Amino acid sequence: MRTANIVQLGMKELWGLFRNPMMLMLIVYAFTVSIYTASKAQPETLNRAALAIVDEDKSPVATRIITAFNPPYFAIPRLISQTEIEGRMDAGLDTFALNIPPNFQRDMLAQRTPTIQLNVDATRMSQAFTGAGYIQSIVTDEVSEFLARYRSTAPLPIDLALRARFNPELNKGWFGAINNVISSVTMLSIILTGAALIREREHGTIEHLLVMPVTPFEIMASKIWSMGLVVLLAASVSLVFIVQGLLSVPIGGSVPLFLFGTALYLFAMTSMGIFLATVGGSMPQFGLLLMLVLMPLQMLSGATTPRESMPQIIQDIMLAAPNTHFVILAQAVLFRGAGLTVVWPQFVALLVIGAILFSFSLRRFRAFLR
Amino acid sequence: MNRPSIGDDRHPPGRVVRLEAVSLSYGQTRALDAITVDIQGGCMVGLIGPDGVGKSSLLSLVAGARAVQEGSVQVLGGDMADAAHRRLTCPQIAYMPQGLGKNLYPTLSVFENVDFFGRLFGHDRRERERRIDQLLESTGLAPFAGRPAGKLSGGMKQKLGLCCSLIHDPELLILDEPTTGVDPLSRRQFWQLIDEIRVSHPGMSVIVATAYMEEAARFDWLVAMDEGRLLATGTPADLLRQTHATNLDAAFIALLPETQRRAHREVVIPPRTIQDAGEIAIEAEHLTMRFGDFTAVDNVSFRIPRGEIFGFLGSNGCGKTTTMKMLTGLLPASEGTAKLFGHEVDPSDMDVRRRVGYMSQAFSLYSELTVRQNLELHARLFRMLPDTIADRVDEMARRFELEDIMGMLPDALPLGVRQRLSLAVAMIHGPDILILDEPTSGVDPVARDGFWQMLSDLSRQDNVTIFVSTHFMNEAERCDRISLMHAGKVLVSDTPQRLAQQRGGGSLEEAFVAYLQDAIDATEVKPSNVVRASALDAAEASGHGATNSPRTHSFDLRRVSAYTQRESLELRRDPIRATLAILGSLILMFVMGYGINMDVENLTFAAMDRDGTTISRDYILQISGSRYFTEMPPIVDYDDLDRRMLSGELSLAIEIPPGFGRDVAHGRNVEIGAWVDGAMPSRAETVRGYVQAMHAQWLTERARQIYGNAATVGDFQLAVRYRYNPDLKSIVAMAPGVIPILLLIIPAILAALSVVREKELGSITNFYVTPVTRLEFLLGKQIPYVMLGMVNFLLLTAFAVFIFRVPFTGSFVALAGGAFLYVIITTAMGLLISAFMSSQIAAIFTTALLTMIPATQYSGLIDPVSSLQGAGAIIGRIYPTAHFVTITRGTFSKGLDLADLPGPFIALLVTIPILLVLATALLKKQAS
Repeated sequence: MRTANIVQLGMKELWGLFRNPMMLMLIVYAFTVSIYTASKAQPETLNRAALAIVDEDKSPVATRIITAFNPPYFAIPRLISQTEIEGRMDAGLDTFALNIPPNFQRDMLAQRTPTIQLNVDATRMSQAFTGAGYIQSIVTDEVSEFLARYRSTAPLPIDLALRARFNPELNKGWFGAINNVISSVTMLSIILTGAALIREREHGTIEHLLVMPVTPFEIMASKIWSMGLVVLLAASVSLVFIVQGLLSVPIGGSVPLFLFGTALYLFAMTSMGIFLATVGGSMPQFGLLLMLVLMPLQMLSGATTPRESMPQIIQDIMLAAPNTHFVILAQAVLFRGAGLTVVWPQFVALLVIGAILFSFSLRRFRAFLR
Repeated sequence: MNRPSIGDDRHPPGRVVRLEAVSLSYGQTRALDAITVDIQGGCMVGLIGPDGVGKSSLLSLVAGARAVQEGSVQVLGGDMADAAHRRLTCPQIAYMPQGLGKNLYPTLSVFENVDFFGRLFGHDRRERERRIDQLLESTGLAPFAGRPAGKLSGGMKQKLGLCCSLIHDPELLILDEPTTGVDPLSRRQFWQLIDEIRVSHPGMSVIVATAYMEEAARFDWLVAMDEGRLLATGTPADLLRQTHATNLDAAFIALLPETQRRAHREVVIPPRTIQDAGEIAIEAEHLTMRFGDFTAVDNVSFRIPRGEIFGFLGSNGCGKTTTMKMLTGLLPASEGTAKLFGHEVDPSDMDVRRRVGYMSQAFSLYSELTVRQNLELHARLFRMLPDTIADRVDEMARRFELEDIMGMLPDALPLGVRQRLSLAVAMIHGPDILILDEPTSGVDPVARDGFWQMLSDLSRQDNVTIFVSTHFMNEAERCDRISLMHAGKVLVSDTPQRLAQQRGGGSLEEAFVAYLQDAIDATEVKPSNVVRASALDAAEASGHGATNSPRTHSFDLRRVSAYTQRESLELRRDPIRATLAILGSLILMFVMGYGINMDVENLTFAAMDRDGTTISRDYILQISGSRYFTEMPPIVDYDDLDRRMLSGELSLAIEIPPGFGRDVAHGRNVEIGAWVDGAMPSRAETVRGYVQAMHAQWLTERARQIYGNAATVGDFQLAVRYRYNPDLKSIVAMAPGVIPILLLIIPAILAALSVVREKELGSITNFYVTPVTRLEFLLGKQIPYVMLGMVNFLLLTAFAVFIFRVPFTGSFVALAGGAFLYVIITTAMGLLISAFMSSQIAAIFTTALLTMIPATQYSGLIDPVSSLQGAGAIIGRIYPTAHFVTITRGTFSKGLDLADLPGPFIALLVTIPILLVLATALLKKQAS
């Protein structure tokens, strides 16, 4: 093994990337526009939710309730009749239907405890639960305010002081931005190295390299460091200028610590890129493989939904994927400001997984060159 | 020679092709420049000239595969710019594009390939089988009928290509470099076959492009081309007389314009002065290479003294390249040894490699590096001393005449110059041995002679040993010694002169053919005259067949099924695509089912109970007792709380203040602290919801204990009815939403690939030049993917119902009917997108992007379409996924049947013809 060869070949990879406008555009897009839009376009749980109201009371309190629902959380409620509820919900037109019964105000003032019915389309999981909670509290508030003119209510003796740590406003844009940095790192580390190898094979240059005093190890190492470096640089620039700068997402922990973890992660992922390229052999095959590999890795790593809610067996299997550890590490460092004392197990795991993937890919790569 | 074509009165006898001022440009490049020529029928016309002068462009225009840009192309009495005439004539034209097996399907067997073409031309099964049997018999391919086309030798591929072309008895046969890269014997057999076919089809005209001048000498009439222009036309004898040349190679050079010719010098290779005859540069002893059962190189031995030019002559796939790879250490030999300068070649010995320079078949330098960067990179990799590199690079640039182009990228250079660059790179480190694998294929004669002069200088002046492989006979004649190679064996090694004398004293080609014949006779029983006899029979028989030549219908189910069948066969034999097609959606369904899980369960929480009374424990117990939370060991102090929240161990921390129990009992104000991990906001929102609900419930519970039941009566009640999914299970909501997405993205990608693949690999030409219409082509491609989509649909539904246990409440018939319409739409979307794509990788990503975004954002999966605004609302109303989502949710969760869902079904039904018409209209029946 000669370091000079690895350096020279890596420089060649960088030139190759520099002269490939498509790839450059992909890198720039993935680390700027994609992150910006992912942050800005993170949907609020409730965004103009479709609510229909059946007002059979037509009393002041009913009007009060109807006018309380406004954008951005709710679309202006559509007033429908009792008979329409069924059909509209079946057709998926309304997510929520609120039914204010006849004589609601009168019964309430007479302390007969009337019942408002709320129908929720529970096939819209993301909105059903939270939306029902919002509607409940809006209705309760309106009714209480209305009743306050008639009598005073006793305060609750026990308060719950509920605070969200690390993201007090629960701003989803923060999460979307950082999450997108993670997925861009994952995607590009595999695509860049895999494409670099396949390009050499398709142009026949890989054979040419092999008759020179260069070993497969040097060829693979050169692709790993050069493409890894590009992704690392792009990720750091994007973290500083796009995430912290443009989107003003506060970063809890140390950026250098995160980048160190990213470097370890890139070592593992670029090795995986080489492996997939040897399996695919050509660009189209590699593209199809990516679809089958990237999506499961991303989704099950805990980046989008918490690992705890997945079945135990999937949680265990996913411990073998570098993504899982990187996601844990990134969320701990970037959101919670954790230090090395907290995330060192992830560093060790990434190093071990990376070493295994590297040696495995190297063996595949040697066989591939035959 | 000019036989009039028989029984055809649609065009004047004698002339089959008339070109007038035909020009063609690809972007900035002018491929053809005002070509005017008449081609006579009933004879064999040769198009000669090096690669890249426009021969292929010309032939594709004549075949109707490429759209006419300027000028007029008249073929068989009609204008090829006219679609009606093309439809009429294309069953009479057969076109075999350039490249070994370019119009064949490598994973299909020999029989399946010919069968596919037979179906395209509308023959019924009996007729097809009769014709295929005869064609395969006459070309000697019958024993290999079951072998995949990709595994045939070059010669056999070309014979198969010919079979495919001849299945419909064409009147005009167009062959684009049919013998390039094929061994001389197969080449000879190929031409014999053509001759025999012409005997039985006297009216058939043949137009052939070739780079081999020896071959061209046998044609009736020649068209010489250079740089998109005509140089000359005439019989071979005419051309020789005109230029006073003895062979066509020389004649061609003489025909070139003055400016180009000036660069040409006759190659003079001085005889070798034997200085140190004792030193052997390359020595192979019993070299053998096996790949599984296949022996690529069989017991090859030779010795090459230093400074010699040693030629390796053989066809593609005869083992030349494998032998060279063993000599360079690229491949470890299965048996035997290779020695360079007396040292055994050891793949791990880097020092040996430094004495060898290698130049591979195709141009294989980095096209993203400039000429200078390429030279410098190789110098560094060969570990030259850093301060010598600049001088050496300049020296190479001078010697190989690269000085003016040092800053350019190789792609911008002509082929001849790129070959010089390859040679310069191979020589950069001053190797003693140069191994060149077909260095001059595709290079024009002038540049080729210049290249050989350089090789001569290297050998004679620098005493470099040159090991070169070629399939050009005139190049082989320039070597000091040559080896003839066939099927992994070296047949004979000697000087070219002696070899030619030994076998009948004719040309080197005669000698090679004679040796090949011996080798084949020794191994195979089948002599070639049997082949010839049956070829005549076949040709005769197919001549009769011409009378019942099928009519061309405007829509023919047989042609549709030809594409359907071929597409399914190819898909089945491509492991990665087949996996994606069958298992892809299941894998993704599994992943999404678990990955996009919005049930928040088993969240970790821990309490810091600073009170420690029954009341505080009761409060904690009701959290830990719910299915949403899992209790972790208690929190000791604030540091512990911080650390455990930082590491993500806890999603929720509860602090109960000291004196909590006492304060509650006395009705004093008291506050419980709760911290939620906000790193994942959507989870935090849910946690917050749960905690608030539990807190409220606990308060009611306490109040009831204290004040009795009266206290629980509120002002009003809000009864929440979670419809369709009363347990609020995420998977019940997810599965009916995921199925439409998966039935969209994967069928669309596969359908798009099915067309773009053909564009990229070149077999789209078959669509251009056969009578298949655009709609037949698209439907044929679509049908297998619709069926596959339905299989996927059944798998996904079964997976949802039996594995994910999603209750199915509505009408399955309605769901299946909707799914059928929907996969027709999604595959049609793929076909539509394919009209704009030319590379497979772009097709994959574009299709994924274009289909996914509207499907996930605007199809009612998250927000109902009714609450969308602006452009999103418009997309949501017309995008088919939105309608199918309504059907899946309706049938899965809402208990609906067909009668409840008229709207979505009508919308889907209307979409199908729109997409198919668009896709058909945008598909081009010619290359542009």
